[in-house]
Amino acid sequence: MSTADMKVYRPPVIDIIEEGDELLEVAMGPHHPSTHGVFRMDVALDGERVIRLKPVFGYLHRNHEKIAEKASYLAAMPYTDRLDYFCSLTNNWAYALAVEKLAGLEVPERAEYIRVITAELTRIQNHASSIGFLMQEMGASGTPLMYAFRERERILDLFEELTGSRMMCNYMRFGGCRVELPTGWLAKAQTIVDGLPKFIDEIEALLTGNEILMARCQGMGILKPDLAINAGVTGPMLRATGVNYDLRKVDHYGIYDRFKFRVPLGDHGDIFDRYMIRVLEMRESVTILHQAIKDIPAGPIMDPKSKIRGFRPKPGEAYGRIEAPKGELGFYLISDGSGNPYRYRVRPPSLINLTILEDMCLGHNVADVVLIFGSVDIVLGEVDR
Amino acid sequence: MGLGQRRFNLGVNVSIEEKGIRMAVEDKLKIELGKQGVFVTTVNEIYNWGRKNSVWPLQFGLACCAIEMIATTMARYDLARFGAEVFRPSPRQADLMIISGTITKKMAPQVVRLYNQMAEPRYVIAMGACAISGGPFKQGYNVLKGIDRYIPIDVHIPGCPPRPEALIHAFMTLQAKIDDQPLTGTERPRHLNPEAMSEFPIPIQGAHDLVPPVNHLVWPLPAPVDSGENCG
Amino acid sequence: MKSTEEILAMIQAALPAAHVELVLNPSPSAQHSLRVAPADAFAVASFLRESVELALDYCSNVTGVDWPDKEITEKVKVTQLVDGEEKVVEETVKRIEPGCLEAVYHLYSMRRAHEAIAGPVVLRMRTVNRTDQVQLPSLTFVWRAAEFQEREIFDLFGIVFTGHPDLRRILMWDEFEDHPMRRDYVDPDDYEYEPTPHDEVLKRAEAQSKSAGVTA
Ligand code: SF4
Repeated sequence: MSTADMKVYRPPVIDIIEEGDELLEVAMGPHHPSTHGVFRMDVALDGERVIRLKPVFGYLHRNHEKIAEKASYLAAMPYTDRLDYFCSLTNNWAYALAVEKLAGLEVPERAEYIRVITAELTRIQNHASSIGFLMQEMGASGTPLMYAFRERERILDLFEELTGSRMMCNYMRFGGCRVELPTGWLAKAQTIVDGLPKFIDEIEALLTGNEILMARCQGMGILKPDLAINAGVTGPMLRATGVNYDLRKVDHYGIYDRFKFRVPLGDHGDIFDRYMIRVLEMRESVTILHQAIKDIPAGPIMDPKSKIRGFRPKPGEAYGRIEAPKGELGFYLISDGSGNPYRYRVRPPSLINLTILEDMCLGHNVADVVLIFGSVDIVLGEVDR
Repeated sequence: MGLGQRRFNLGVNVSIEEKGIRMAVEDKLKIELGKQGVFVTTVNEIYNWGRKNSVWPLQFGLACCAIEMIATTMARYDLARFGAEVFRPSPRQADLMIISGTITKKMAPQVVRLYNQMAEPRYVIAMGACAISGGPFKQGYNVLKGIDRYIPIDVHIPGCPPRPEALIHAFMTLQAKIDDQPLTGTERPRHLNPEAMSEFPIPIQGAHDLVPPVNHLVWPLPAPVDSGENCG
Repeated sequence: MKSTEEILAMIQAALPAAHVELVLNPSPSAQHSLRVAPADAFAVASFLRESVELALDYCSNVTGVDWPDKEITEKVKVTQLVDGEEKVVEETVKRIEPGCLEAVYHLYSMRRAHEAIAGPVVLRMRTVNRTDQVQLPSLTFVWRAAEFQEREIFDLFGIVFTGHPDLRRILMWDEFEDHPMRRDYVDPDDYEYEPTPHDEVLKRAEAQSKSAGVTA
C-alpha cells in the first residue's frame, strides 16, 4: 500500500475552450419538462454536445433535518415519508432501523415479515414507475407510464388498506409496526403478487426488445465500476456496473437472510443495464414476496420494550442503513439523552448517485442527457430533503 | 383588512341578481326550445362553456403532490374526462398552474416568474398543505409559507397529499368558477379588465430571506393572531 | 472486519506520527469512532482506503455536527479560610467549554463486503472553533462520494473544506449568508398566518402582532 500512487477520482475539469469557440450556456430547469421535478442543470453546449454540466440543487430543500432535530424521535417518522415519496415504507424502515440500533430495540418476527412484504412491494412499484418515467423521457409519452401506474395503483390500494394512506404511509414504529394487518390483506396481497409476473412480462414484451430503446440506451451513459464505488453510487446504478453490493445480502438487516433470492448484476454500466437490473429486481422481489407471504408467522408486532411517549434513548449515536429501491438509504442519529435527536442526518442515495452525473453526460447530446439523468432514478424530495 | 379582502382572489361571488341579468332566456323556456331543436344560449355562457372544458394545465411538479397529480392523469382517474389531459410544458400555452408541492424560498421566484409568463386567462390551483401554507414543513427556514403570498390562488385543495379525487374536485370547482364569471361588470375576469394586475413582482433572494417576504397587493396585512382560544 | 481498536492499532503502526484517538460510543449500537487531527486526516483516509486488509473504498455518509459553546456548571471543592479555620467549601464554578464543528465520515468496504461484517468505520474531525478557524481538509480526492456532501456541510454548517474542487453553496441560494443547520441559527420571522400557534411560534406571533400594533 502506498498513498503516493493512489488513484484519485477528480470531478471532470472544464475543458479549456479554444478562442473563438462559441459555447451555448443553458440552464435546464428548475422548471423543465423532464419528469423529475425541480432540478436544474447548468449545461454548456458545443453544438449539441455537452461540454460541461453542473447540477444545481436545493429547489426542494425542505429542511427535513432541522425540523426533525426540533421534534421528538417519533415526530420525524411522518417526515421520512416525504423524503422519497415513492417509497415511504422503505424510508420508514430505514429510520426505524437506525433508532432501533440507537436504543437497542428488538423487532418481533411478524413485524419483520410485514416490513419485508411492504418494502418489496414498494420496490416493485418504484422500479415500475421509474421505468415508466425513463420511457417518458425517451419520448414514449404516456403508454409505458400508464402500464406502470396501473400496477402501482393496485399496490397503493394495498398500502392504503394497511396504513390509511396511499403515499404517506407512516407505518413503522421503533420496534415494530403500527397496526396489525387487516383481515384478508394477505390474501389480497397474494393475488396482486400472483399477477405481477404477468405485468413484468408485459412490460418486457413492450420494451426490452424495442429497437429504439436499444439504440438509445445501449452504450449510453457508461459508468465504470471503480468510479462508481469511489463516488458512493449505490442501488441498481451500482449493480448495473457489475459490483455485487446489495445491502440485503451484505448487512442481512431484518430477516433477509431467510429468503432465497438473487442479486442481478449488469456488466456494461449503461442505461440499458440499469433498465434491465430494475426489471430483474422486480422479478426477484416477487420471489421474496411469495416466500414471505407463505411463511409469515403469527405473533406480536411491537417490541414490548419500546415506548411511544417519553422515548429517550441513551446518549450515543448510530448509523442505520437499508437497501432502499434507489440505493443505500441511511440515517445517522446522535442522541444526547433528551427526547429529540441532537443530530439527525439522512444519507440520501439520490443525491449521492448524482455525483457522477457530469462524468456520465460529458460528450453526449442534450437529448441523451435527459435520458441519462432519468436512468439514475432520483426523487427530488430526497435529493434536497 | 383581513380575510374579507381575499374575496378578490376567489372571485366567485357573483350575486344572484347579476346572474339573472345575464340570463336572457329563462331556463324553462330554454329547455322547451331545446326539445324543439332550438338551442338558445348567451355569449357569456358559450364563452365560458368553451373555456371551462379545455383548461390546459402547466406540466409543473414540485414535490410529493406532483405524483398524485400524475396519478390523476393516469388511467384510473383519467383527468382527460375534464378536458384537461393536455399538460403543456410551456407556460405560454397553459391556462392553469397546479402548484403541486412545497414551494421553497429558492423556488418561489421561479414560480412567480412562470405565473407571470402565463397568458391570461390563467388560473391557479394550490394543491396540498404545502402550497397552501407550508404544510408539514411550515417550520422550515427555506419553506415558503403558502404561495398566496405572491400570486392569487383560485382553488385550494387541502391534504397531504390530496387524493386524486380531491384534485378532480378542485377541477370541477374551477370549472364552476369559470362558468360563473360574468364577462362585464366589476366581477369580470382579469383578462377582460385592462386595469387588473397582470405582472406580479418577483421576490429577490436576499441574505436571510426573500425580499419582500410577502406581496401586499395580493396578501393582506398580518391579521391579528388569535393567541388565546384557538390553540389547543 | 476488524474492531475499531484494531483499526486504530493498524493506523498507528502504519502512520506513527498521526494523531488518532478512539471515541467510544456508549449506546447499544456500539459504533465507535476514530477522531483524527485535521492535519493527518488525508493521510489516514488514504491509508484506510488503500490498505489491502481494510479496503475501505466506500464512503457512505458524510455529515457535520455542530457543538456550540457549552456553559458547564460544576461544583468544585475549595479549601477556604473561614474565621481563621481551614474548611472545605463547595463552590459552583461556571466555565465555558468552547464549541466546535465536526465532520463525520462513515466508511465501508465494497471490495470486502461479503466478509464478516460489523458496523461502519467512523472517522471524525473537529475544527478549532465555530467562528473563524473552521477549516478542515477535504477528503473528496480520497472518496468522490464526499463531493456533494462536503458542499452541503459547507452550506449548512459553515465548515470550509480546504482543497475541495468546487466549494459553493449547494442547497441554499448563493446570496444566502447564514448556516442554517447550526444550532444557534434563528430562522426568518414569517409566521403571520399560523392558525393555531403554540409554544415558541405563539411567542413569536404575539411579538409580531404587538409590533404591528395589533393586540393579541
Ligand atoms: S402537502 Fe404533503 S404531499 Fe403535498 S408536497 Fe407537501 S408534504 Fe408533500
